[in-house]
Amino acid sequence: MEFFLTHLVAKYNFWLYIILMMIGLYAMIAKNNLIKKLVGMNIFQTAIILFYVSIGSKKGATIPIIEHSGKTVGHALDPAHYVNPLPHVLMLTAIVVSVSTFGVALALAVKIYQRYKTLEEDEILTRIRES
Amino acid sequence: MKKLALIIVILSGALLLYATKDFPPWGDPTSPASVHVSPRYLEKSLEETHVPNVVTSILADYRGYDTMFETTVIFCAGVACFMLLRKFEVEQRDLYYRHIPTGITIHIKGGKEIPSTSGEFEKIDTIWTPYDFIINTVSRFLVPFIQLFALYVIAHGHHSPGGGFQGGVILGASIIVLAIGFNLRTAVKRFGEKIDGIMSALGVFIYSGVGALCVLLGGQFLNYGVIAKVLPVGKAMARSHGILGVEIGVGISVMAVMVCIYNNVASEGKYDEGL
Amino acid sequence: MIWQLDLAILTLVIVCAIAAISVKDLLGTAILFGAYSFMMCLLWSIMAAVDVAFTEASVGAGVSTVFFVAAVFRTTRRTKD
Repeated sequence: MEFFLTHLVAKYNFWLYIILMMIGLYAMIAKNNLIKKLVGMNIFQTAIILFYVSIGSKKGATIPIIEHSGKTVGHALDPAHYVNPLPHVLMLTAIVVSVSTFGVALALAVKIYQRYKTLEEDEILTRIRES
Repeated sequence: MKKLALIIVILSGALLLYATKDFPPWGDPTSPASVHVSPRYLEKSLEETHVPNVVTSILADYRGYDTMFETTVIFCAGVACFMLLRKFEVEQRDLYYRHIPTGITIHIKGGKEIPSTSGEFEKIDTIWTPYDFIINTVSRFLVPFIQLFALYVIAHGHHSPGGGFQGGVILGASIIVLAIGFNLRTAVKRFGEKIDGIMSALGVFIYSGVGALCVLLGGQFLNYGVIAKVLPVGKAMARSHGILGVEIGVGISVMAVMVCIYNNVASEGKYDEGL
Repeated sequence: MIWQLDLAILTLVIVCAIAAISVKDLLGTAILFGAYSFMMCLLWSIMAAVDVAFTEASVGAGVSTVFFVAAVFRTTRRTKD
């Protein structure tokens, strides 16, 4: 029990990120409306990006822009003083891909509404079977 | 369906929560993610590329190949929206016109229309919002300042947070603000469809063009150091200029694609009425 | 890294996410989604990820919300669940 408690208190951040991911996953599977599924997908994506960025953070570190005077650094650089910039770079690409997917998915939703006049998944399935 | 979803979510959630047992504590400087490659980037970025913002130098120089395909993904999203929604032949509809001197609105049925050369009538949307002086003036006043800020964000991405992608989105937003404050036809008249398509492809072309220039000068693809043969600067400064050129390409492409997606989604591809 | 601030904004994020998928009006979903994006941007600023926060502020809380509202305008505003 104490083992469980120490882990919960020390790593409550990770637990909250996982709860956010599961909210997004539930919305993608269980909701009937197409737009709600899209919102769930986006919640899932941003929760994963949050998780990755939190891997790179360090206690007491500053933003990854190197303080300099002129073109060189006067003193020796300490990498533990700066936040790890590599997850930030990867997640920039992930945000860009996320917004592109969101735009194309909205275009698909508009097209489906033009054809079937509804956005609920069960009604669309009924209308496909009828026609 | 909801019960099945709940079971799946609880199962995978429990699995992931069990996996957090082995994570390093949060904010640990000696965690495995911060020990292997990134100290080398942090130490060497300023002297090898003269760019203090380490995220920009990794994004555009050390991992520049990924960013090129990210730009291609954005371009593909714009093309996909265009191909899904754009309709060139428009069916006959009722049109609404407003007589400018007197303010009378006219409803013309059956698809006939008043030619656009007569200056007294202006076409209004079917769901017509009243002409609002404050919104029109403020949005028209703000557009050049937004664009100036976006160009600052692109150009200053070496020293402050920002870079090509963020500046490109803000540039696209400056055209969208025109489409929301006035109507879609005004924005399309300012930034047409053809120039939009050309610019979205031009951005990707500039990016791979810089890489091809490096190959032509004798180095590898996207190795900006060999640009020092053409420009009269040192090797590290040539890498800085290569990063700037590449960011400009990303910015142009992103701006054009944001405007393209908005136009196609807000008007269902017909480009006549908007949001 | 003040843990009280971090916990408060994380709770707000989870509340926004649950609200965004439970509301019956799609325009309300769009606005709550914009608020969720903005809270994420704040979280990343606290973690010293300034480039990611800038991108999320301009993309998520800016352009993505506008796309969402435009799509809701062109389809329907009511949803059954």
